[in-house]
Amino acid sequence: MTTQTLSTHDEHHHNADATDVFGFWIYILSDCILFSIIFATYAVIHTNTYGGPGLKELTNMPYVLGETMALLASSFTYGLAILALYKGNRCKLLTWLAITFLFGLTFVGMEINEFVHLYIEGHTWQSSAALSGFFTLVGTHGFHVSMGLLWMLVMMFQVAKSNITPAISRRLTYLGLFWAFLDIVWIFVFTVVYLMGSI
Amino acid sequence: MLEQMLFGKLTLAAIPVHNPIIMGAGAFMGIIAAVVVAALFYFKKWKWLWSEWLTSVDHKKIGIMYIIFAFVMLLRGYSDAIMMRLQQAIAVGSSAGYLPPEHYEQIFTAHGVIMIFFVAMPLMFGLLNIGVPLQIGARDVAFPYLNSLSLWLTVVGAMLVNISLVVGDFAGTGWLAYPPLSELTYSPNVGVDYYIWALQISGVGSLLSGVNFFVTILKMRCPGMSLMKMPIFIWAALATVILVILAFPVLTVTLGMLFLDRFMGMHFFTAGFGGNAMMYVNMIWIWGHPEVYILVLPAFGIFSEVVATFAKKRLFGYTTMVWAIGAITVLSFIVWLHHFFTMGAGADVNAFFGIATMIIAIPTGVKIFNWLFTMYRGRIDFKAPMLWTIGFMTTFAIGGMTGVLMSVPAIDFQVHNSVFLIAHFHNVIIGGVVFGYFAGLIYWFPKMFGFKLNEVLGKCAFWCWIVGFYVAFMPAYYLGLMGMTRRLNHIDASTGWQPYLIVEAIGAVIIGIGVVFQVLQLVISIKNREKYKDTTGDPWDGRTLEWSIPSPPPFYNFAITPVVHSRDAFWEAKQERLKNPNLIEKPHYTDIHMPKNTSVGFLIAVFAGLFGFAMVWHITWLIVLGIIGIFATVIARTFNTDIDYYVKAEEVEKIETQLRLNRAI
Repeated sequence: MTTQTLSTHDEHHHNADATDVFGFWIYILSDCILFSIIFATYAVIHTNTYGGPGLKELTNMPYVLGETMALLASSFTYGLAILALYKGNRCKLLTWLAITFLFGLTFVGMEINEFVHLYIEGHTWQSSAALSGFFTLVGTHGFHVSMGLLWMLVMMFQVAKSNITPAISRRLTYLGLFWAFLDIVWIFVFTVVYLMGSI
Repeated sequence: MLEQMLFGKLTLAAIPVHNPIIMGAGAFMGIIAAVVVAALFYFKKWKWLWSEWLTSVDHKKIGIMYIIFAFVMLLRGYSDAIMMRLQQAIAVGSSAGYLPPEHYEQIFTAHGVIMIFFVAMPLMFGLLNIGVPLQIGARDVAFPYLNSLSLWLTVVGAMLVNISLVVGDFAGTGWLAYPPLSELTYSPNVGVDYYIWALQISGVGSLLSGVNFFVTILKMRCPGMSLMKMPIFIWAALATVILVILAFPVLTVTLGMLFLDRFMGMHFFTAGFGGNAMMYVNMIWIWGHPEVYILVLPAFGIFSEVVATFAKKRLFGYTTMVWAIGAITVLSFIVWLHHFFTMGAGADVNAFFGIATMIIAIPTGVKIFNWLFTMYRGRIDFKAPMLWTIGFMTTFAIGGMTGVLMSVPAIDFQVHNSVFLIAHFHNVIIGGVVFGYFAGLIYWFPKMFGFKLNEVLGKCAFWCWIVGFYVAFMPAYYLGLMGMTRRLNHIDASTGWQPYLIVEAIGAVIIGIGVVFQVLQLVISIKNREKYKDTTGDPWDGRTLEWSIPSPPPFYNFAITPVVHSRDAFWEAKQERLKNPNLIEKPHYTDIHMPKNTSVGFLIAVFAGLFGFAMVWHITWLIVLGIIGIFATVIARTFNTDIDYYVKAEEVEKIETQLRLNRAI
């Protein structure tokens, strides 16, 4: 142990971007565990329909495909927003964020619409364990996307209000990670719940 | 109608006015709270409390608050324990005892919940907060404001448990709230809801802490401290937070589903509609078994530090220690089913989990031998932390062996749910976790406060605890073998168990005397703090970086970031300096970047507490208020750019000069 000073090390809170983004990755990891255990539960109980119809009869595949496309498109447009961020073009950044927001909103809207339809037809989360699992798994993802949308609104406001500060660009990086993560989770939801459910 | 809008399900009938025990406990808590509040007014300390402590992001202060909070909750958890021991000792034959079943079941639930979630967990995070940044030569954790939030979420969770004592009731389901008993059909009261929200809120706090310390350890070690040069406590902390990050989301989901069952009428774990109660039991133990290691690994880390320091020897088998910790971390995720071999998963499944469980004894045994070999031919200084360590090694070895015994499914079928199991896990948790944390507290106390604790009283506390433990729990092994099941409120006289239960109660009283000694030790040490003052910053002749700075350390910890070249870096530096006293160069200070205090963590936690309380009682407006409050606070924080500042080099020099002067006295 010696007492020499490394000037870079003193600045750890200042140049903390790498540390912060690493922390966010770890949070994503824990969220991944959260989803995995809901998936596991769904896998165990998705056949426990308690005499009700299986998911095959309840879902409309083309509709869900449309939903999926909206979400995937939003990830692409978010990528374009990040490109605009790197170029420092605020106007473009805001535009792409707004388009991403609309795609995300479309996704959540379509999901809510699907839920409402199921509810009206009498297939609620109270009907059976399988439907409890369905609503919880799909709903948890939808809840995450909604949180992401709220976050995006705040970011749009911050970008519009001030210049692109390091803090803002760091948060946009987080949001990008979060958004891509939710896309990936949705691919699994689409596969495990809808595709495998329809065969 | 209006009443229901304002208060939800909450009515005056929720307060058990006719129960003298609950009302007495409630009044006692109320009086203590009133005295504290009055004292704060009298001494005009509100501002100090707010700006120095409640809003602090300093990891040392957060650690101290965790520890104080844990000790307050320990007193409550202990009260529950002594009440249970008393009830079982007298409720035999024609006597019904003094606790009716519906009260008794809440007490054993609260005892488990409080001891694990609100004593052991906060003590663990408190010690991590104290030890980790100082041992890795860092100025704070990676996310100081998140750290403050974690603390307050934990406190708020415990407050919900405490409120449930007076307003409504607590869960009577046992500490893991197995369904279908915990479902609305069988537990229609708010007890389970209190349970769910207390654990959800504090669980989020634990998870955030886990992320925080994981990043801190991996990213903020001082230059030269490669992974294999980290103190073993840091390895243990790293393994613990990995387990926290991997296990706590499972708890969140499990309790979330139980909540959805109760609140939304879903059917994850209900008896009908295709629900599967055993899924809950599996999931809660997928969190629950790693949780055991989350608690005990830091204790192992503390013992490693204590043994090396007080035997004045380098820790034996550092590398094997690291591998043992790693092995335990991985294995802890593949043994959960041994908590319910009787589920009937079949011989193959039970055999797998039984063998996996037995294998854990190997890395643990490696650690025990490493500690023994560290002591071998060392110059052992029998200070109180060392006594706790030796007490641990004997006690934990016994507890471990009864654990291996139960890992044999055929034997487990015989003792499942008996008090043999109770004896086993108290044997490892008291003998391992509690002893370890006490050793750590005495060990780091001078670092936290600048003075040592009284040795004699500390030793008295140790002897009471260890003797009390054996008196209280050895009879339980015997009773378990005779077939006594756990959680009994009344015992048939013909069983002949009463003498043993009386012995158990006496043991609990002896432990209680140990607690009294600990309180006394604290009071007397504070009174004589000048006499016990640690002027050197290194009262135990320590080996790791935390002892290289003054006690208590300045708020920025290290004026100059250390650079290390070996394990036990501070010890090596001391040996060098002995050879060459002119080695100390004139320090060159630079500006230090520090985070500003913030009330955001505290505020978010308060809103989370309101939200939790409202969810328990279905008070819609308060639920909405809580959610809006949380979001508004988080969002407002992102608009605040004034979150950090620099301590100028001249200021650092002034503080350091003053500290050196104090040290010289």
